[in-house]
Amino acid sequence: MAFSGHTELPVAERAAFIYTKGRQKPGLKCEADSIAGCVSQRACVYCGARVVLNPITDAVHLVHGPIGCASYTWDIRGALSSGPELYRNSFSTDLKERDVIFGGEKKLARAIDQLVEKYRPPLVFVYATCIVGVIGDDLEAVCRVAARKHGIEVIPVQSSGFAGNKAAGYRAACAALWRLIEPAGGMPEKKSLSVNYLGDFNLAGEVWIVGSYLKQLGLELNVAFTGDATYRSLKNAAAASLNIVQCAGSMHYLAEKMQESCGIPYLNVSFLGLEDTADSLRRIARFFGDHRIEQRAEELIARETAAVAGVIQSCRKKLAGKRAAVYVGGGFKAISLIKQFRELGIDVVVVGTQTGRRQEYAVLSELVDNGTVILDDANPAELEKFMLEKGAHLLVGGVKERPLAYKLGLAFVDHNHDRKHPLSGFIGAANFAREVCSTVCSPVWRYVHTPVPGARAGGAVWAAAL
Amino acid sequence: MLEQEAADYRAVNENPCHMCMPLGAILPFKGVERAMVLIHGSQGCSTYMRRHLAEHFHEPIDVASSALNEQGTIYGGEASLKKGLDNLVKLYQPGVIGILTTCLAETIGEDTARVAADYLREKRPPGLHLITVSTPGYGGTHSEGYFLALRRIVVSLTGRSEKHPAINIIAPHLSPADLREIKRILELWQVDYILLPDFSETLDGPLARPYKKIPPGGTRVRDIARMGGARATIQLGLTVDDAISPGCYLAEECGVPLYKLPVPTGLANTDLFMELLGQLTGRPLPASLARERGRLLDCMIDAHKHNAQGRAVIFGEPEIVYAVTSFCLENGIEPVVVATGSNDHRLPGLLKNRLEETGASPCFLREADFQRIREKSREREANIAIGHSDGRYLTEKEGIPLVRHGFPIHDRVGGQRLLSVGYAGSIMFLDRITNTLLESKHQNYRLRLYQAFYRPAGPDSRQEEG
Ligand code: SF4
Repeated sequence: MAFSGHTELPVAERAAFIYTKGRQKPGLKCEADSIAGCVSQRACVYCGARVVLNPITDAVHLVHGPIGCASYTWDIRGALSSGPELYRNSFSTDLKERDVIFGGEKKLARAIDQLVEKYRPPLVFVYATCIVGVIGDDLEAVCRVAARKHGIEVIPVQSSGFAGNKAAGYRAACAALWRLIEPAGGMPEKKSLSVNYLGDFNLAGEVWIVGSYLKQLGLELNVAFTGDATYRSLKNAAAASLNIVQCAGSMHYLAEKMQESCGIPYLNVSFLGLEDTADSLRRIARFFGDHRIEQRAEELIARETAAVAGVIQSCRKKLAGKRAAVYVGGGFKAISLIKQFRELGIDVVVVGTQTGRRQEYAVLSELVDNGTVILDDANPAELEKFMLEKGAHLLVGGVKERPLAYKLGLAFVDHNHDRKHPLSGFIGAANFAREVCSTVCSPVWRYVHTPVPGARAGGAVWAAAL
Repeated sequence: MLEQEAADYRAVNENPCHMCMPLGAILPFKGVERAMVLIHGSQGCSTYMRRHLAEHFHEPIDVASSALNEQGTIYGGEASLKKGLDNLVKLYQPGVIGILTTCLAETIGEDTARVAADYLREKRPPGLHLITVSTPGYGGTHSEGYFLALRRIVVSLTGRSEKHPAINIIAPHLSPADLREIKRILELWQVDYILLPDFSETLDGPLARPYKKIPPGGTRVRDIARMGGARATIQLGLTVDDAISPGCYLAEECGVPLYKLPVPTGLANTDLFMELLGQLTGRPLPASLARERGRLLDCMIDAHKHNAQGRAVIFGEPEIVYAVTSFCLENGIEPVVVATGSNDHRLPGLLKNRLEETGASPCFLREADFQRIREKSREREANIAIGHSDGRYLTEKEGIPLVRHGFPIHDRVGGQRLLSVGYAGSIMFLDRITNTLLESKHQNYRLRLYQAFYRPAGPDSRQEEG
């Protein structure tokens, strides 16, 4: 279907955020605030910070604010732990009217005291929510006093909801992480074959999968940020000799910081899809300039690719000619997904993100075919419009997008935080292929297109048969 | 003697049992024809709530945000709010917009009522109703938000009306399936009714083509306008404060006789509802309902010995908790912990007579969090939990099986289809409870008896964590 210029968009202002490859001059507005009233799919600063830090398993995560914010993020991610479970609680100062009027600092101090006494954590994160910024509680001061009193680290996370969007929350989280890992007494001794893994939250054990690959290469996973991380492991972060960064959106800032201050170089990697996984492993191996590591990488890639080849092939056959729409949180994930769909023989015809960055959109636009619609901070109306126009068969997205896809009679693949199966690495690529197949090839769609019995003349036949 | 925990001033909420006010206030609007909601605050609030609601209802939950940013927070959000309204109208063409505030908007003192009035004066959008509700996240729980919004809808839309024979039915936060059941019952009685809110179709819509951005259904605005002339109001809400009760408003302002009834879950509560319908219509109980009643009794007898072994922890919104507790009592299940996240203090008094009859003396918790619910459940040796999905924490930590009921059900499908009202719904609800007790008994009795009589139990080795 021909489409150009987006003149038929109800909200003209949104046109700048949407771009059709090959039909318009390149250029897309992004990294801007959401437009009021447009039903954005985006979350807030607090949410961004919380999702990044929450997987730190032995920390107390205390939300300084009213109850909703804590309630909606309790155990929100399927981040797994190999040990402590403290992170799976949602603690809140549950601010009430009187606190808003008189200030919440005292309550916060008491909350920290109580939690530290009860759980003896090595670390407390205190998250600021919307109103904390407005009522002017001095988080920094309260945390400093509490830290001194209890002899542990109490780190404020400046994540007032209105001060930017989710991406600002990622930065707030990175700032908090940096306070934690910045080596206080000089640089620790470097461990030569040791790697930090940034931007993986160990959803369904994904950090463990990548960790096992590194081990097979002869490398040590020093600490992952932040999946299955603990206070202790984070404290050793500066000892690694390389940082690899998966979710660039959330961790780019920290990787830069560590390069600058700790002299740790970083590589952007992706373990989504066969191509990206293999490519990432090769680049990691090459970095160490040791042919034995490269050799092991090749062996691993060959072995693991072969192991899943059957699944991928059989899915590919079933999926030939299908078209996908992608709407995910970050640009990086979107890029990987396009490649991954290509491995399955699927064209991506609509692609958008909540918080993609300019460079990421540039890459995205390189990757996709002419006619593909790229959009930043989309709303349900736009997703609907473009998915239908482009004849997408499936959508990849999160919880909020799923019902829309289903209502439109489209298949859907979850790429959200609470999934229970890994999508990383070779095994993850196979899982992804299976999931795409299970939804696109489900018998249910056949019935969606079957006429309602008895709706026309057939009704009489039905009645007669009864 | 009742044990009542004082809901004293606590500094920290550990794993919330409730959500914030605006979330509750969204729902009544979803039950009004062609209504949309705009949340005045930072983008994250509405996104969280949409996510939460989408997981429960498995339906697109489009809710707009005024996307307040730093500037709006400092200089006032009027411009954002008006722009939000403009865009929402363009995207959805709603007939009603509910404007809800958040923590942020309330704290910076936004006067949404004034802005809404200005907007209507300036733009004169034909046939658009704006209804503002003040719902600071810290002002109460989602239960209060729900009724407050309902009352505001009635106050805003109900005008002077001729007397007519219809009955107003005010529904609390039930499932769409429950609302459909209530409608079926009313139809069997052949009563003319106005049900508010009615999200039985809008939040559990059939798959239909073409997709409509605002799903069809909901109480018609012109019916709400007539509520002041109704013969009577039946408010299925005993625990609601008069100040936020829509029924009280209709009684005081329009002289509509008010009957406050509990949610018709269980034999006794459903009988009350039927009694009243009989009185109001002068007709006898329809034969099919009489048969359903007989079936419920039959079901209660079949299950009574199994149920006698139940020691229940019941939690959630006060109104639902009241209904479930009385349901347990009439089935011989002993409520041992009765908890709500709200500040409700009416429950013990309301349940007093029934508790005395049966000799049960549960521990009541208000402003409860799951930490306290868990402690008390362990202390009181609860063996079954009845409430929303967050109670899965009790299953995981204490091995107490959970019968999912209420809101949110975000870890299972079908929350919107759970049926628990009327005689027929009570049968289904009771079966769910009894079968859960049976399953847990059958799973454990071999080991339990072995340990009790063959070899004395070793020390309890369960690890305590968070
Ligand atoms: S508690 Fe307040 S800031 Fe948090 S989600 Fe609710 S309204 Fe928004």
